Amino acid sequence: MTTTDKNYSMGKSMKRKEDPRFLTGQGNYVDDLVIPGMLSMAIVHSPYPHARIKGIDKTAALAVPGVKAVITGEDLVAASLGWLPTFHGFDKQMVLAVGKVLFQHQEVAAVFAETREAAMDAAELVDVDYEPLDPVSTPFESMKDETILRDDRENKTNHIFHWESGHQDETEAALAASEVIINEKVYSPRCHPSPLEPCGCVAQFDSMGRLHFHVTSQAPHVHRTAISIVTGIPEDKIHVISPDIGGGFGNKVPVYPGYVCAIVGALILKTPVKWIETRTENLTTTGFARDYHMDVTIGARADGTVTALKVKTVADHGAFDAAADPTQYPAGMFGVVTGSYDFPVAFTELDAYFTNKAPGGVAYRCSFRVTEASYAIERGMDLLAGELKMDPAELRKKNFVQKDEFPYKSALGFTYDSGDYEGTLDHAMKLIGYDDLRKEQAEKRSRGELMGIGLSTFTEVVGAGPSKHFDILGIKMFDSAEIRIHPTGSGIIRTGTKSQGQGHETTWAQIVAEELGLDPQNLLVEEGDTDTAPYGLGTYASRSTPVAGAALALAARRIREKARVFAAHLLEASVDDVEWVDHKFSIMGAPDKSVTMKEVAFAAYTNPGEGNEPGLEASLYYDPPNMTFPHGTYIAVVDVDAETGEVKVRRFLAVDDCGTVINPMIVEGQVHGGLTEGYAIAFMQEIPYDAQGNNMAPNLMEYLIPTAVESPIWETGSTVTPSPHHPIGAKGVGESPNVGSPAAFVNAVMDALSPLGVKHIDMPLTREKVWLAVQNAKAVAGD
Amino acid sequence: MTTAERETETTEVDPTRRVTLKINGKAYKQDVEPRKLLAYAIRDTGLKGTHVGCDSSACGCCVVVLDGDTPVKSCTMFAVQAEGREITTVEGLGQTGALHPLQQAFWDQHGLQCGYCTPGMLMTSYAMLQHHSDPTDQEVREFLGGNLCRCTGYNNIVKAVQQAAQVLRDDKVNQLANAATGGNA
Ligand code: FES
Ligand code: FES
Repeated sequence: MTTTDKNYSMGKSMKRKEDPRFLTGQGNYVDDLVIPGMLSMAIVHSPYPHARIKGIDKTAALAVPGVKAVITGEDLVAASLGWLPTFHGFDKQMVLAVGKVLFQHQEVAAVFAETREAAMDAAELVDVDYEPLDPVSTPFESMKDETILRDDRENKTNHIFHWESGHQDETEAALAASEVIINEKVYSPRCHPSPLEPCGCVAQFDSMGRLHFHVTSQAPHVHRTAISIVTGIPEDKIHVISPDIGGGFGNKVPVYPGYVCAIVGALILKTPVKWIETRTENLTTTGFARDYHMDVTIGARADGTVTALKVKTVADHGAFDAAADPTQYPAGMFGVVTGSYDFPVAFTELDAYFTNKAPGGVAYRCSFRVTEASYAIERGMDLLAGELKMDPAELRKKNFVQKDEFPYKSALGFTYDSGDYEGTLDHAMKLIGYDDLRKEQAEKRSRGELMGIGLSTFTEVVGAGPSKHFDILGIKMFDSAEIRIHPTGSGIIRTGTKSQGQGHETTWAQIVAEELGLDPQNLLVEEGDTDTAPYGLGTYASRSTPVAGAALALAARRIREKARVFAAHLLEASVDDVEWVDHKFSIMGAPDKSVTMKEVAFAAYTNPGEGNEPGLEASLYYDPPNMTFPHGTYIAVVDVDAETGEVKVRRFLAVDDCGTVINPMIVEGQVHGGLTEGYAIAFMQEIPYDAQGNNMAPNLMEYLIPTAVESPIWETGSTVTPSPHHPIGAKGVGESPNVGSPAAFVNAVMDALSPLGVKHIDMPLTREKVWLAVQNAKAVAGD
Repeated sequence: MTTAERETETTEVDPTRRVTLKINGKAYKQDVEPRKLLAYAIRDTGLKGTHVGCDSSACGCCVVVLDGDTPVKSCTMFAVQAEGREITTVEGLGQTGALHPLQQAFWDQHGLQCGYCTPGMLMTSYAMLQHHSDPTDQEVREFLGGNLCRCTGYNNIVKAVQQAAQVLRDDKVNQLANAATGGNA
């Protein structure tokens, strides 16, 4: 019998075990929970981006039938609940505004009522007396320190932190000696993850005073710890349950003021409280992403060999420093900005500022600022190719880290685990027919048509991460797995992660099934309940497979070791003579004498053998030795209509290398989803603020998310370079497409516009911006 | 307005209305304020498959089918407007073990990830297939233009709808053949 006959072989496109409940409307989302007597909470938001609060009158709100209570920032301060630690660890955030509001839509009061409608009506009647102040709407204004935004801080400056990495002097010297230099300012705009299920929670205290907190959480254990720290409720009295989650993309990592208010409401009113955000609340107050202004300089020799990279960044963190970056990496993994290229020397520095905008920069489908880094370097390499009049593919090949150079230590200090950049690029160029496309482009250009081909040969860094580098609130970023195999060979798997659509119920079962030779259909996966799951840091930054996936494989191997003892007993052999071959135990040299894991599992409980500890379970905490570095080559082909500015994405090919693939169908699905979000970032999705600090995209009519109509059709391919340090060689993939694709789209459009002399347009490349760039270029050329 | 007048007004206006919602063939009576949105009224019956994802009628998570073939965003309609109409929600489509061809196709083609948009996607597709049994990919995409998905991209959703369309067409042919031959085909 070969293992491929079996359902359990990893690498199979097994259909998802979780799907039937979603397909029949039986999913169990936070808003689906209804408890008798439960109150609804609504939040009062500031219409001003910056204003002093002179007074709050609750009278009219309290008079609305069904309203039970209204709480304000002052009330919370009185109860020592006025401030919340931010995940970044360097700052704290107001739960409800105290004294002044610092961004438009900031939470000012919370109303509790018998119905959602009554709560919303009453929220409108909370009378807040504001004295508007001048808003600071860009970090460039903020750095002048004319208006100090945070008077609660000791430091009377809007500057939050300075971070740098690499060698400044050596980089400057190398740049000065370079034969060619490119420099461009590129902006990665403020955008929002906007999962379709908004954030929300239900807080309930039981008769023993224990808090049961259902919440849309990507990191339930960290939420339990954070809630304990904020409220002072002992951690054992807090039970966090993260049920089915309707997408997260980083947005559901932080602890939000609404969660704290709901808990306070449930505590004081002694009845359960539900709070479900509106879409507007989600877009205007919860974790945004990006907002990095990057100044990129690359030096090179005339033959295209790069000599130095310098990137200076100004980051807009909004009103509180609530960016979800590990404390030891204040700018996250931005240090991967050298990308796939062997820069002999590099220097990057970043300054973060407060502004009157929503706080909470999160890793939106990326690992802590890798999207910004990847965009900067991939745009930079194309600008260099343009300057040198070299084909961008050729320039990249000249500068790739070579496959025999791994582990590779970058100029900014990351150690890349493995990769074959040239192999992946070659594969992609062949799949899409690169040479023919260039020929077609030349013909079209000769006719004045604007066709572009854009490359992105990115390197991601995921799997946060090694505890020596990564933490949230000081809690180290390991993850965990617990496996129990029942007597009949079925089992339950629990991890510290929490799927928000990634398909853990299937992939985790596949990993364990493969390691133990059991049927994945009978391995139940349970996550998100802090009473039962082992402590772990949750699911974001593509860390689940690199970290928890490794924990699962190793825990399964521990079970296998224990099972070997029972197998030896059944086979009447010594343990040392029993080996694991073809997903079963057999006697060395006598493969016919074998027992299956199912038989062994039964024995573990019925006939364990004299002196052997019965039972078959294991739990394990895994602290990875390093991050993993998936990579890929993405190629976009576009046609631009010079008359209208319309960009048509004719083809898009993504070739990903995420190491060992557990379920190809799920990987491909995640690539499709990530590419659609990457397309959104490149072409439409942005949260702009006007000069008065107004959020200009507070709902889905203004915040544009692509539909089936404009989304391109995705072509995919893959290469496999396993991670040498991961037990099964897997690297993680969910965010690679979102990290790698924006640059490919922008590079393609810039390539199309290059005959007109257009060098760069900041995302999103809306029709209007493209049209204007074309018009300007024509005016300059005197057409 | 004097206090007395205001009091008379509040006592005179009964804020709730009794509606009977006919969902998946079953009647549910409910007292609702006239402004209550159909999406919330449906959810209040205990049928939670109809999701709410936005407050701007933009996401399509709440789509249900009216009178067998008309998709509506149930957050764009008041519950009182649904009186007397037949409402089909995702729960009326099929159940685990007896999935509708559309549900089966979404499963087969990996047309969902977090599942939040899925009920709306299924109901819009269901309504479309009542009118277009053999749509082109472009037609499917246009019909789904009011339904957002954040997780899957749309390739697999389109594939799923096409698979279901094919299955339903084959079913129809088989049924016709059966009818014509008295089941001896
Ligand atoms: S809830 Fe978004 S369209 Fe109805
Ligand atoms: S599956 Fe998550 S939004 Fe569509």
